[in-house]
Amino acid sequence: MTLLPILILAAGTYAFRLAGPLLSQRLQVSARVQGLLSLSAIALLTALVATAALTANGGFAGWARPAGVLAGAVLAWRKWPFVVVVVSAAAVTGLLRMSGVG
Amino acid sequence: MRAMGPVDRSLVRDVAAIAAASGVIGASFGAIAVASGLSVWLASAMSVLVFAGGSQFMAVGVVAGGGSPVAAVIAGLLLNARHLPFGLTLTDVLGERWPMRLLGTHLMVDESVAFALAQPTPERRKAAYWWCGGALFIAWNVGVVLGALAGSTLGNPEALGLDAAFPAGLLALLLPSFFAPSSGAGEGVEGETARAHEARAAAVRARWVAGGAVLIALATTPFLPAGVPVLLALLAVGLVLR
Repeated sequence: MTLLPILILAAGTYAFRLAGPLLSQRLQVSARVQGLLSLSAIALLTALVATAALTANGGFAGWARPAGVLAGAVLAWRKWPFVVVVVSAAAVTGLLRMSGVG
Repeated sequence: MRAMGPVDRSLVRDVAAIAAASGVIGASFGAIAVASGLSVWLASAMSVLVFAGGSQFMAVGVVAGGGSPVAAVIAGLLLNARHLPFGLTLTDVLGERWPMRLLGTHLMVDESVAFALAQPTPERRKAAYWWCGGALFIAWNVGVVLGALAGSTLGNPEALGLDAAFPAGLLALLLPSFFAPSSGAGEGVEGETARAHEARAAAVRARWVAGGAVLIALATTPFLPAGVPVLLALLAVGLVLR
């Protein structure tokens, strides 16, 4: 890969990022629309969590990763500190892989 | 820096955890990018300028797999299109001044957005966004340079289970929006009960949207290019429209 495709990807990504702040400058956003926008972000991030936890290259990611994410989810639900959630999720997945679970 | 707003230790600690994971994944990106033919400086330039890990792995992977640079750019942009709706929700955290706004725009990544959304007040939203975005930018880029220099001697992050760290972290940040804060029983104040009622209704809406988003994304992932299922999940917002 050369510099040109990297520059195009960078410019396009920045344009996506900047479009939101630019558009919301122009539009008067009502409280109701603001609420729907927050729900949009929740929808995107939840979909990202689901695909990142369960899929890889369009197929099932194997058991180790979802198991780690589930362990983290239980700890987060039990209100354990964020650090513990993140480290435990990685540790469970890593240990499962070490013991041969895909 | 006054612009950063109020900061407490727990926020810094939480941000440090996700930044550390990001640094290690950055190192693996650096190693993989160099292994697939990028120079150290091109891998670093990409990480500073694009600053979106998923699309960087995707673009390098497409080219390494024999795809054209055009295909790599299109795949990367599809993956990054979700930043547009993110930006619409984040107007309050970017501030009024244009230089800061243009800078803050570049720090828009999944983690900084999720951290900001998880905060209860506008001041804390702002602080969380800037601290998380800034820490990830530094950790990611330092990680990439070190990984690129270390090259193939670096192990893959999957062995450490780091691929589970990010979805788990994002989920932990999202969980509070699915549950209304339990109000102190028998407060009896009229305004308080109305607010508690609204908080419960908001949590119910968030659960419906999240459930729909998961179904849409998982059902379409086998058939659509990466990035599109996540965008389609926006349709789940329709579940609460009436």
